[in-house]
Amino acid sequence: MQNFYIYLLVLAIVSYAIRVAPFLLLKEPIQNEFVQSFLYYVPYVTLAVMTFPSILAATEYPLAGAAALITGSVMAWRGKGLFAVALTACMTVLAIEVGMGYLGI
Amino acid sequence: MDYSLKANKEVFAEGMKAGLPIGAGYFAVSFALGIAAKQIGLTPIQGFLTSFFCNASAGEYAAFGSMASRATLVELALVLLIANARYLLMSSAMSQRLDPNIPMLHRLLIAYDVTDELFGIAIARPGYLNPYYTYGAVLTTIPCWATGTALGVIAGNLLPLRIVSALGVALYGMFLACIIPAAKKDRIVFGVILVSCGMSYLASMLPGISGLSAGTRTILLTVAICCGAAYFFPHTEGRTKTIRRKSLLRRVLAAATLQ
Repeated sequence: MQNFYIYLLVLAIVSYAIRVAPFLLLKEPIQNEFVQSFLYYVPYVTLAVMTFPSILAATEYPLAGAAALITGSVMAWRGKGLFAVALTACMTVLAIEVGMGYLGI
Repeated sequence: MDYSLKANKEVFAEGMKAGLPIGAGYFAVSFALGIAAKQIGLTPIQGFLTSFFCNASAGEYAAFGSMASRATLVELALVLLIANARYLLMSSAMSQRLDPNIPMLHRLLIAYDVTDELFGIAIARPGYLNPYYTYGAVLTTIPCWATGTALGVIAGNLLPLRIVSALGVALYGMFLACIIPAAKKDRIVFGVILVSCGMSYLASMLPGISGLSAGTRTILLTVAICCGAAYFFPHTEGRTKTIRRKSLLRRVLAAATLQ
């Protein structure tokens, strides 16, 4: 990938600018209700949009991705941490794909 | 507050200790990220550098997608801005907790590694934030994050197909761990997440919009859905107001969340 280092430069600048801007600019708390609310919803919407339906395409069989979505969600709902939830999703895929392999599906 | 390193050695050590379990989690997740980097043809060094400079799984994952589709630099910047927009919120929250007299250098340094987890442990401590606590945590976690990615690139193609396929969902598992707890606490967030998944699915199917790159779709959907959510369910000072704007959308959402 010949353009990689140009991409990297943009990536580094944007990633840092997003994080440093509030520290440099924000002397007062944000007052605008709409902006506050918009920012509040951003992480959930972005991550949800990136997770579904992409998770179905991330595995060899879409069924395994769907199962990982369910088991991961259940673990997260029960308050398990980042590592435990990620591990559960991985183990689910492994179990289902190995199982399907044995069944010759 | 005294901002010399000597005065803050203990706090620095506390931060390093707090960073250990986070670093372990980062290692596993960034290993999966390295596999994604390998799939788009990056070298271990390139994977390492991406993680070192981006410090965000969702952002890096989105960036890899943009690189793979040979997106323009503007599109890459927009994708990162959207995928990492939550750090604007976190940095904003942290900036309110700094000693107003803190030297500028600390404002510049503390901003480097604002992540979900480091934000969480820093903000959980009482009083003004001590930047040395964050520096300690960064020193433990960043090497795990960056080398994990490099190792993922190296070992990703040595691992059997089944293992790679399984690790491929680690990132999504991490995303779920970020959003589901909030959905449990706030049923509006629950509804918004369901709507997001549904619209994302539609956008990947419908002619026209499905032809756009995944990064662009993420931007469009995020802006549209967040505008809608912010309009119908304003959220200020840690509370979502649901009474003020009774609307058809609200009833639909409430029905969708079995309310």
